[in-house]
Amino acid sequence: MILVVLENQRGKIHPFSVESVVAGQKIAKSLNQPLSILCVGDNIDPIHESAKQFDCSELILASHPLLKTYSADGFSKIIVDLIKSYSPKYCIFGHSYMVRDYVPRVSANLSIPFISDITSINLSSQNIQFSKQVFNAKLSSRIENESTNGCLLSFQSAAFSADELIKGAPEKVTNFEVQLSDSDIRSTTEEEFQESSSGVDLSTAELIVSVGRGIDNQDNIPIAEELAKVLGAELASSRPVVDMGWLPPFRQIGSSGQTVSPKLYFALGISGAIQHVVGMKGSKNIIAINKDEEAPIFEIADYAVIGDLLEIAPLLTEELRKR
Amino acid sequence: MKIAVLTKAIPSYESLIRIDTSSKWIDDSIVNYVINESDAYALEEALKIRESLADNSEVVVVSMGPEDKCSKIIKDGLAKGADRAILIDSQEKISDPLSIATLISDCIKDEQFDLVFSGLQSDDLGSGQVGVLLGEKLKMSTATLAIETQIEPSAIRVKRELESGWFQWLTLPLPASISIQSGINNPRYPSLKGIMGARNKEVAKLNSNQFSNNKLQSMVELYIPSNEKQTKKIEGDSKSVVSRILEVLKNDLRIIQ
Repeated sequence: MILVVLENQRGKIHPFSVESVVAGQKIAKSLNQPLSILCVGDNIDPIHESAKQFDCSELILASHPLLKTYSADGFSKIIVDLIKSYSPKYCIFGHSYMVRDYVPRVSANLSIPFISDITSINLSSQNIQFSKQVFNAKLSSRIENESTNGCLLSFQSAAFSADELIKGAPEKVTNFEVQLSDSDIRSTTEEEFQESSSGVDLSTAELIVSVGRGIDNQDNIPIAEELAKVLGAELASSRPVVDMGWLPPFRQIGSSGQTVSPKLYFALGISGAIQHVVGMKGSKNIIAINKDEEAPIFEIADYAVIGDLLEIAPLLTEELRKR
Repeated sequence: MKIAVLTKAIPSYESLIRIDTSSKWIDDSIVNYVINESDAYALEEALKIRESLADNSEVVVVSMGPEDKCSKIIKDGLAKGADRAILIDSQEKISDPLSIATLISDCIKDEQFDLVFSGLQSDDLGSGQVGVLLGEKLKMSTATLAIETQIEPSAIRVKRELESGWFQWLTLPLPASISIQSGINNPRYPSLKGIMGARNKEVAKLNSNQFSNNKLQSMVELYIPSNEKQTKKIEGDSKSVVSRILEVLKNDLRIIQ
C-alpha cells in the first residue's frame, strides 16, 4: 500500500499535504497499489471531514489526547507504529517544517530511507526516480530508493498541483489504536505564537522590489529602497539579508517568511534558493538582476537581467525619476 | 556541558558548479570549499553557551568528508574558540543522510555529548536530516530550526521557527540534538590569538572505512534543471540594459507610462 500522512495545521489540512495526496494518488495508480490516507492528531474531526472527499482505498484515523500539541517524540512514535503494522511501500508527506522535524526520527528508528524535499518524480523509469534541488538549486539530482522495507518521501510545495486532486470517497474508514503514554514524550511545549509583523502585509502588494545577498552590504540597501519608492513598490528580501540584520524579519519572503504573488516581483541579487522561491513563484511577472548567469532565479524569471545590480538599479531609479 | 557541533565543508556561493564526467558529482577541482553557512551559526551558539556557563564546558567541532576539505574549516572552528575537533575522513561521496548519520553516530557515541548542534541544512545536498537522524541514533531528544536557545539545569529551552512567521518555545531534556536556523546570532571572526592557539589543539582523526555503511538511497545522476519559463535575456552595458528594462515596464507590463 501507499500511505499519505495529512498534517493538521490549526484545524485545516496543510496545503503541502493536499499536494502530497495528489502524489500518493499518482504513485498508487502507477504501481497498482491501494492508497491509504492518515489523519493524525488530537482533534482530527475537521481534517477528517475534508479528507472524506479524497479518492482513496482507506482513511485511517489515529487520535490521542497526547497529540494535542505537536512533539517529535509523539508523532514519530505513531508513524513508526503505523508503518510497522501496515508496511507501506511508500509513506508520503508534504515537506513542511513539522515533517522536517520528526520524519528523520522515523527513518533512523526503522532504518528506512527518507527522500526529502522532492520537486518532481519520474514514474516511467524502471525504478521510480525522485528529483530534488542540490548545490543551492544550481543543479538537480535524481535519487532512487534502495530499500525493500519501505521508504519515506516528502514533497516540496508545488511539486504537484492541488488542482489535480482526484475527488471521491474512501472505501473504508479505520481507527488505528494509538499507544502513547506521558513517558514517551520528553519535551514540554508552549503555545505557538506570531511575532508582530508591524502591519506590513506583503501578500497584497501589487509591486515588490526584493533584495538578496547580491546587494553586498548594508550601505547598499538604499539602492533597493529608492527603486521601490519610485516604482511605488513594497520592499522585501530573502533570508540572508534578514539574517545579517540589514532588513527586519517582516520583509522576508519564503518558507520562513511571507508568500506573495504580485504583478511584478523585481528580484535584485537574489540567487533563487528553493526556500525563497516557494514564497514568490506565484508572481505574475519576475524580473531578476544577477551577475551570476547561472543563478537559479533565472529559471523562473520572465526577464533575466545579467549584470551588476549596484550599477543598473541606481541608473534605473534615475531614469524612472525623470518620467 | 559537552557540546558537539557538526560542520560541513561545502562549495562557496561564488564557486562554479560543473557536473563531472561520472555525472554523479561535481568537478571538485574548480570549487572553493567553505563552512556551511548555518553550521557557522551553530558553532557560534555553542561557543556562546560555553562562555555563559563559565565552567569546564567543552565545544567539539565534528566534521566528516575528505580531509583536505574538512581541515580548513576545522582549523577555522578551533581558531574561533572550539576546544578540539573530530575529523571523520571519508573519501567516498556519501549522499545518503542515514548512512552519514550512522557513521557519525558510530564515531562519536562514546563521547557522551550533552548537546549536538548542527546547521538546519547543508547548502550542497541539503537533506536537512543529519542532526535529527543522529539524535534518534543516540537516543537524544531533538528539535529543529532553533532561533534562540536558553540553557537550564539538565535541559535546554529552544525557540523553534514554524512556518509563516509562527514560533514556539519548547524545553528538551539533555542529551539533545538541535538544528540551528541561520540568523540566530552573529558569528565571530577568529582572533589572531585564536589562530595562533588553534595550532596546539587536538584534532582526532577517524577513518570512515572502519565503520559499516549500508546505503538506503542513492543519487543516480546530477543534471542541470531545465528552464520552466520562456525567459527573455537582457544583457549588455548598464545603459542599454536600463533602457530595455524601461521598455519592459512600459510596454510588456504596463506598470509605468
